[in-house]
Amino acid sequence: MSVHASSRTTRLPGLIRLPDQPLVRHLLLAIVAGGLLLWLTFSVSAFDNTELAEIGWYAIAIAGLSVLTGVSGQISLGHGAFVAVGAYAAGLMMEHFDLPLIVPIAVGVAVAAVLGALVGLPATRLRGPYLAAVTLALALAVQDIPEKFSSLFNGDEGIIVNPATPPHSVPPERWLAWITLFSALVTMVVLANFLRSRFGRALRAVRDDEIAAAASGLHPARLRVLAFAVSAATAGLAGGLFALWSGIVSPDSFSLFLSIQLLAGMVIGGSGTLGGAWWGALALVYVPEWSMSLSGHFNFSSGISANLQNAVFGVLIIAIMMVAPSGIQGWLRSLGSKLWGWPGHRRAVATGSTPLPAAISSPHSSTTSTTEGNIP
Amino acid sequence: MSLFVDLTLNGITYGVIYAAVALGLVLIWRATRILNFAQGALATLTTYIAVSLLDRSINYWFAFAAALAAGLVVGALTERVFIRPLYGKPELNPVVVSIGLLILVESVVGAIWGSADRGFTPAFSQYGVDIFNDHLDFSRFDIFVLGSVLVLMLAMLVLFRWTSLGLKMRAGAFAPEVARLLGVRVGRILTVGWALATLAGALAGVLVAPLVLLSPNMMDPILVYGLVAAVLGGLDSPVGALVGGVVTGLGISYVGGYLGSSMETVGAAVLLIAVLSVRPEGIFSRPRARRV
Repeated sequence: MSVHASSRTTRLPGLIRLPDQPLVRHLLLAIVAGGLLLWLTFSVSAFDNTELAEIGWYAIAIAGLSVLTGVSGQISLGHGAFVAVGAYAAGLMMEHFDLPLIVPIAVGVAVAAVLGALVGLPATRLRGPYLAAVTLALALAVQDIPEKFSSLFNGDEGIIVNPATPPHSVPPERWLAWITLFSALVTMVVLANFLRSRFGRALRAVRDDEIAAAASGLHPARLRVLAFAVSAATAGLAGGLFALWSGIVSPDSFSLFLSIQLLAGMVIGGSGTLGGAWWGALALVYVPEWSMSLSGHFNFSSGISANLQNAVFGVLIIAIMMVAPSGIQGWLRSLGSKLWGWPGHRRAVATGSTPLPAAISSPHSSTTSTTEGNIP
Repeated sequence: MSLFVDLTLNGITYGVIYAAVALGLVLIWRATRILNFAQGALATLTTYIAVSLLDRSINYWFAFAAALAAGLVVGALTERVFIRPLYGKPELNPVVVSIGLLILVESVVGAIWGSADRGFTPAFSQYGVDIFNDHLDFSRFDIFVLGSVLVLMLAMLVLFRWTSLGLKMRAGAFAPEVARLLGVRVGRILTVGWALATLAGALAGVLVAPLVLLSPNMMDPILVYGLVAAVLGGLDSPVGALVGGVVTGLGISYVGGYLGSSMETVGAAVLLIAVLSVRPEGIFSRPRARRV
């Protein structure tokens, strides 16, 4: 087992050499993954296909959050709000007009992108905690809007969305899985190319050192808004697919908890990575299921079993942050580079740029954490 | 009495509760540069401890004191167990851990005490008083809320300004290295800071529980409003927390009263975005250079 310095080629263990061209490489990976997923949709049950569809829209939403928080370094605690906006926009279009499916979903994406850019505008001036507060307040607010404008959004009842009509002989669950997984793969290719493009590099540059990036001719504010818009558009797509998957768009689906779940998925998978989005989506779908069967197996009381899945998520998030902050994907990468000399390229630990001015260890902390000593 | 007066009084009552939450957030932010999203969940836990004492028909004051004491213990434990390993890590990590703690603590509370809403009877009447032959929507309990938050704020002021512990805490937050060289046990001081901050949250919990129904996620909106208050005040300033709390309380009360209660959260978001657009670091912050 030899560990060589990585060449410019992305190598998988031993035999396979992937092409250098990012677009070609990403398309190739997507086609292979698509083939595997297609095979999977044929070989599993209808229920499993519904879950595959759920994994698809979760993966899209988490990937969008990952671009914003992991790559651009802006914390969003309210990403569920963008999912909600996409779902409502797409759901309303589906309810009122009889258009090909792609139109309402595209409208959802567009509306979410506009909202994202609008939120991104004040966000350009805000640092971490202030931005976290704004996005959190937004997540809380978005849930109450349908009730206020209930003639349009049908209040707490929500909008009923008709399932997508499959071409004949395809069962609807499989068709739904195809739609979401195809969208997810397209999203991944687009985002992967976006992150490898000059915009992606610029975003990372701004995240790592805003002043140096500005001095090099980048526009940090514009880039931040761009990141917000891209991320919100992605979440809007997830929302449109959610509407199809769930069949109903109501405020209950978009509680604060959805935003926290997406954050959890991102952290578990590994923030700033697209592969991590899939791990996170798997966790969001299967952890509740496992905890249900676990509590059924051990005959937990209803109070415990109702709360078990959240407790598991809480423990998972805390444990991952303590033990492996770069998540499953980061852990796999370091494993791969140890075993087969995979390039450990790109920073997997793509959390915010500024480390805490450790009150405990850093000698420089007083410069950033200056506080007036005479205030109680 | 007119709607406006009632809304104002109601806004002040809620506002000082938000201020107590905000004070807890500010104390932790000043000392460790961490935004503690678990503050609300920890306060829910201490409030449930109080309510289970009340269920055993124990005196209200004892339960009240027990909640505050539990706040001290829980805060210290949180800092030692969950937060200490994260000093010096990227700033997102403690945020994520505190959110993990939020859902963990809320689900533990739900598992122990059940998820159903329940009441919490305070020692004072919550029925509005009659003054000048007019009914005022302001109860003895509201006066108690104002009084106890005021006492908390004064106690913190005395602690920080006139005691040696307070001096050490200010030193520890201001210049940890120098403080350590001068013999301050900075680690311990941070634990004390978290304990005090969680005590402030615990006070907010027992005060707000009679106003809203007690449930495992009772504190979620209160935490967000407290966060809005702290951010409006400028995260670094305890005085800002009080002012920010009252401004938030009044703003939300007026929005809820005139536009309908479903607009409260929207109002809070708009207020926050509006203020931060003008002053990106809050009302009471001084502009300062960021380190390059």
